[in-house]
Amino acid sequence: MGKSLFEKVWERHTVRALPGGQVQLFIGTHLIHEVTSPQAFGMLRDLGLGVARADRTFATVDHIVPTDGRRRPYEDDLAEGMMVALEKACAEFGIRFFGPDGGKQGIVHVIGPELGITQPGMTIACGDSHTSTHGAFGAIAFGIGTTQVRDVLATQTLALAPLKVRRVEVNGRLGVGVYAKDIILHIIRTLGVNGGTGYAYEYAGSTIEALSMEARMTVCNMSIEGGARVGYVNPDEKTFAFLQGREFAPRGDAWQRALAYWKAIASDADAVYDDVVKIAAADIAPTVTWGVNPGQAIAVTERIPRAGDGKDDAESASIAEALEYMRLEGGAPIKGTKVDVCFIGSCTNGRLSDFREVARLVKGRRVAPGVRALAVPGSQEVARGAIAEGLDKVFTEAGWEWREAGCSMCLAMNPDKLVGAQLCASSSNRNFKGRQGSTTGRTVLMSPVMVAAAAIEGAVADARETFAL
Amino acid sequence: MALAAIRKISGRGVYVAGDDIDTDRIIPARFMKCVTFDGLGQYAFYDVRFEEDATPRSHVLNDARFAGAAILVSNRNFGCGSSREHAPQALAKAGFEAIIAEGYAEIFFGNSTTLGLPCVTLSGEDVRRLAARIEQAPQTQITVDLEAGTVSAGSDLVLPLSMKAAARDALLGGCWDPIAQLLEGKEASAATAQRLPYLAF
Repeated sequence: MGKSLFEKVWERHTVRALPGGQVQLFIGTHLIHEVTSPQAFGMLRDLGLGVARADRTFATVDHIVPTDGRRRPYEDDLAEGMMVALEKACAEFGIRFFGPDGGKQGIVHVIGPELGITQPGMTIACGDSHTSTHGAFGAIAFGIGTTQVRDVLATQTLALAPLKVRRVEVNGRLGVGVYAKDIILHIIRTLGVNGGTGYAYEYAGSTIEALSMEARMTVCNMSIEGGARVGYVNPDEKTFAFLQGREFAPRGDAWQRALAYWKAIASDADAVYDDVVKIAAADIAPTVTWGVNPGQAIAVTERIPRAGDGKDDAESASIAEALEYMRLEGGAPIKGTKVDVCFIGSCTNGRLSDFREVARLVKGRRVAPGVRALAVPGSQEVARGAIAEGLDKVFTEAGWEWREAGCSMCLAMNPDKLVGAQLCASSSNRNFKGRQGSTTGRTVLMSPVMVAAAAIEGAVADARETFAL
Repeated sequence: MALAAIRKISGRGVYVAGDDIDTDRIIPARFMKCVTFDGLGQYAFYDVRFEEDATPRSHVLNDARFAGAAILVSNRNFGCGSSREHAPQALAKAGFEAIIAEGYAEIFFGNSTTLGLPCVTLSGEDVRRLAARIEQAPQTQITVDLEAGTVSAGSDLVLPLSMKAAARDALLGGCWDPIAQLLEGKEASAATAQRLPYLAF
């Protein structure tokens, strides 16, 4: 009987069994950032422990960095304090730090792959739930809490229970104007925001195979929004081609050894899964959220659900609560909902391919009057690439603000925030209440191209119509 | 590291209704601009408890009848979203010693267990019965008994709880913080690292 990639990687990294069904699992790569690590370093110092594998630990700063200038100290004293804490900890423990001065800073889930740190068959942990992004390379990557960050720092291992594996198979050709973001929003809508609890999602099928590495990252990124802590795609020639030549990717003989390992680690054709779900690409439309969790999503052509449409009382109550918060009317079309802010960026959709695709379409078009539009590259490398291709100019000429790299308005820990009840068309991953920095701010999640269409129309729009796709 | 076993938690309850209560709701991101977890308790559920000008809103956590509750009761998929440990830390520092819900997001559940904050599960029907009792008689003593596997309210309402065996064993065994175990596995861990091809690429 064959094995899935999850089982193979899990077995390879199992140090020993622990009581209660957990195992001690070796973590190949530990990524850290300024929000969830300072307390962990504090715990380490309190316990008199050091960092076990500084060589397998990589740090950057992303959540709190301003995106309109990099002057230090930051205007926000608290942000400056977090930055200083991380710099000090990295210096004290000998950890590589990709800071804003070095040209390699960016959102941790963007720089890992781009530096070639992220590789197939690895375990990767980070104090950030979107760590599943790295699963696009066939790594088993997941978010952890701060006490677990301490565990990894101190021992390079974690105490964890194994997950079940659900193969999510998407087959067929995507329609025009339908992107990876729509695939994952559709999956979450279909399986539910807690449908993946206890599972790793293996994304497979002809649609997933046809996706670029960047698009696979978008899909894996939002696994946690469907409750799955881990999401991955089996590595293939595209994965290998993406990694070849990157700074931390193996070279020479090591490249050949790496290829052998990476090919061997992929799921066997006769692997047995705990569950299999099949989705037809043809059923996926440009998808937008209307509520306050990522599963509250509809095709842009659909109407917003009514309060009574829930399958049970609890769901109906959730719909009513979401409609009230979102100031939307049940039964109305989502298309035409006025937007105030448009945001393209984040670990979900802040990569060069995202900006390229949007630039291609917005060239010569203007952001609607009264709409604020922000384009925030996911990393300094993404920014350099975009500028080299002149994409920044396309955006600014179309009325967008072109910013510096960071998490920015995905969670608004830096100065980029919604104001009051502004509604934001956003390429990010969460539409929770207050997520974008205003306690009454509203988020509608969608693909970057749909965000661009909303910016031009000043309202939620069907990008296929706006851009005559 | 010797830890106290956590067998039984007793106290008054408060019912925070709703499915899919996310960790942004439990602790909004702006309060994560800190380098220690101290002081997070006052910000638990801040944006649903207060207006932007800090005026208290009508919310069950601002209701004097439930002040001092040690047990938080909620519904499905509690703690979804961000992996921020700030969420269970804020709840613990706000005085909660146990959580009862219909279900939990996985990262939140793990983070809470590691802090010694038990997250036990009741059926939807039993959560409704417990919530009704809390509303009717806020002074009712609720007991989460991990050994007996029950949640009891007053002398008459006894409900069967469920919990992942690993978490229950860890709490009962006083080894819910895994650091000591992990440090013990140092040699085995080095041996595992030796077998990983990519560490030698």
